[in-house]
Amino acid sequence: MSYITGVGLTAFGRHDGSSTLDLMSTAAEAALADAGLARRDIDGFLCGYSTTMPHIMLATVFAEHFGITPSYAHAIQVGGATGMAMAMLAHTLVDAGVAKHILVVGGENRLSGQSRDASIQALAQVGHPTYEVPLGPTIPAYYGLVASRYMHEYGVTEEDLAEFAVLMRAHAITHPGAQFHDAITVADVMASKPIAKPLKLLDCCPVSDGGAAFVVSREPTGEIGIRVRGAAQAHTHQHVTAAPALAKLGAEIAIARAKHASGIAISDVRYAAVYDSFTITLAMLLEDLGLAGRGQAAAQVRAGHFGQHGAMPLNTHGGLLSYGHCGVGGAMAHLVETHLQMTGRAENRQVRDASVALLHGDGGVLSSHVSMFLERVR
Amino acid sequence: MSAIKPVADWTTGTEAISYQACSSCQSPQYFRRAFCAACGAPDPVDRIASGQGTVYAASLVLRAATAEGFRMMAHGAHDLVIGDQVRARYARFTGRLVPYFERTSS
Repeated sequence: MSYITGVGLTAFGRHDGSSTLDLMSTAAEAALADAGLARRDIDGFLCGYSTTMPHIMLATVFAEHFGITPSYAHAIQVGGATGMAMAMLAHTLVDAGVAKHILVVGGENRLSGQSRDASIQALAQVGHPTYEVPLGPTIPAYYGLVASRYMHEYGVTEEDLAEFAVLMRAHAITHPGAQFHDAITVADVMASKPIAKPLKLLDCCPVSDGGAAFVVSREPTGEIGIRVRGAAQAHTHQHVTAAPALAKLGAEIAIARAKHASGIAISDVRYAAVYDSFTITLAMLLEDLGLAGRGQAAAQVRAGHFGQHGAMPLNTHGGLLSYGHCGVGGAMAHLVETHLQMTGRAENRQVRDASVALLHGDGGVLSSHVSMFLERVR
Repeated sequence: MSAIKPVADWTTGTEAISYQACSSCQSPQYFRRAFCAACGAPDPVDRIASGQGTVYAASLVLRAATAEGFRMMAHGAHDLVIGDQVRARYARFTGRLVPYFERTSS
């Protein structure tokens, strides 16, 4: 058993002059304060990677910088799924008695720490070095291919995908830390610059500076316990060329395993935090996870189902699409927001009931998946 | 495991698309390896693809199901749509040879 006892999140966007370690430290400090813990209480530490600060031992670099001497520490790399994979690992380690309080941190000056081209170039390297990268693709190109096939098989339209960008923006407007606060419409998304057909600029998440952190503990440190009920993963491929057919992607496998591990059904879920690097990613994952019928997710967005006051509030901070995406910390913001909702601290964004939450992370090109269920206990 | 010998195809500058076929389970695979990723048998046989295929997905790049049943990513004509029957020719991209597919029928 384990509990998420504290969370910390910086604003996302541009933090000129802040390094990876600065952003990680700010988020870590906030998470410790939120958990009511001091540095000396932390006996486990996990972090991800930073494209602006590549290092073979980032965890101990950070531990030294921040001033902790954990008995267990290392970094892990699962692309966009890193945050949720760390949450699962921290849960597993705490459950196994390896550590009492594990600090988990992600942060990067991905926007201001390098040129846009360098960022795009670094990320495109998830492609196959021999069979894909020489063709000059970008991450949006990989997802553009996926989108074209998904639209072809399930009759999803570009206007359908645009609904997800509009929803995430509407949520971001209510969060002061979000990168974008200008309202957008489906027409704005449709008119935005083509990036990788059928994906346009507003179908894509931005590059951001930011940091996020949380603490996973053996016992609650406050009055409300946010318990990890269970988590699971699935890894079906790395390169999109080698991806299985749409019906056999990893999200469906991971969620089936997580349901089994936790004993929780989708009908129990009251709040959803789902990876949204592109509009197509969110549409597909909602349907793969069973949060919407196949080809039906956009219609449910239009019906208000995934809004703050809908039946299944989703990414109420604005998600990667509009809160922003700073790499590893990007999807950790989903967990931070989930914690705030579950503990009734989401202020103007507060939903009516977030007693049981489903979180899902995706890395690569729908390559690596992590599903997790959280439950509020008193 | 011994290093795999290079093959003459577009990845090494020759106008061809190669793939491997397992002599044990017959599975085709596009990414070259010294073993079959489906069954683990060693030494899959190198083959040269016909260059014909069906468009599986299309964006700035395209991913096709080839006549031989493997999927690959390549460049293609701007008007290709999913389901198009295509044939490979070759083009230069940033100084390198890359496959470029054009429609043969729809």
